[in-house]
Amino acid sequence: MSALRVLVGCKRVIDYAVKIRVKPDKSGVVTEGVKHSMNPFDEIALEEAVRLKEKKVAGEVVAVSCGPTQSQEVLRTALAMGADRAIHVKVEGKDVDAMQPIHVAKILSKIAQDEKIDLMILGKQAIDDDCNQTGQMTASLLDWPQATFASKVEKNNGGLTVMREIDGGLETIKVKLPAIVTSDLRLNEPRYATLPNIMKAKKKPLAVKAPSDYGVEVKPHIEVLSVEDPPVREAGQKVETVEELVSKLREVGLIPSS
Amino acid sequence: MCNQNLRPKVIQLYKTFLHLGKDYPKGADYFHTKLKAAFLRHKDVVDAKEIEILIARGQYIVKELEALYSLRKYRTLRKRYYKN
Repeated sequence: MSALRVLVGCKRVIDYAVKIRVKPDKSGVVTEGVKHSMNPFDEIALEEAVRLKEKKVAGEVVAVSCGPTQSQEVLRTALAMGADRAIHVKVEGKDVDAMQPIHVAKILSKIAQDEKIDLMILGKQAIDDDCNQTGQMTASLLDWPQATFASKVEKNNGGLTVMREIDGGLETIKVKLPAIVTSDLRLNEPRYATLPNIMKAKKKPLAVKAPSDYGVEVKPHIEVLSVEDPPVREAGQKVETVEELVSKLREVGLIPSS
Repeated sequence: MCNQNLRPKVIQLYKTFLHLGKDYPKGADYFHTKLKAAFLRHKDVVDAKEIEILIARGQYIVKELEALYSLRKYRTLRKRYYKN
């Protein structure tokens, strides 16, 4: 079988290290002037694709991002990490907020057909909305097998053997290609996009498209009612003696009363 | 002078650090001050051997920083998304 064509989704999200602030009107979180970067789970997905390419299993790695103009920075990082080319599906204005996993899934499935993709590797979820839907929806739209929460991916003849992280253990499954894999945290350790590679990446091709090119209309399916901060942790209290500590713990029922 | 061909190497190293510093937990400014001071401290070194050793040390710190960032990211995510 010839080398695989791999598609990787790269979402631009607020950087994992940034302290998230909710807008006073509870309509969302503050994104202006905040550092953004590639979704860490997508970095893991991309790293896996690049490693497959280095093992000569994959032939070409295509990075795709759907989002505003700044998503191109994320795609540049993807190219610096080893993707061959990038497709930016440009979403503008109020569509950025209306964008949901279903729209991304429709766009990705269309691209997969257009580009004759054999394997799609996506992050299991994005760290901003934590939806964990795009991979599953895309698999459904394409009617491809899916291997979600992958922690190990190996090629065997005609398919993939994927180890999945499930509650309380691991599951190993075989999928036929074409397939969709979503990456879990322990799949690999992504490489750092070094300065020389970022420079070289500027020469790699980046195509700009619109959702309408793929016949997708960004129409909101859900309405955000309110976004709120998680409850603040209550302050603790100091105790003077062991006896006091034990009685306090008993009061709240953390240790059995004698 | 043989030090002339080491010059681009040193500049390259400095640029690499500047790039890495953008992600430094304590902020790019903090990193930049420290970085500049560290390079200035050795501005009078002329011996080619010694410069080579310093460059090698710099490259080691680059690797350490990359490892630090990836570990920090991994740990943060593990804390946020996994119970154990």
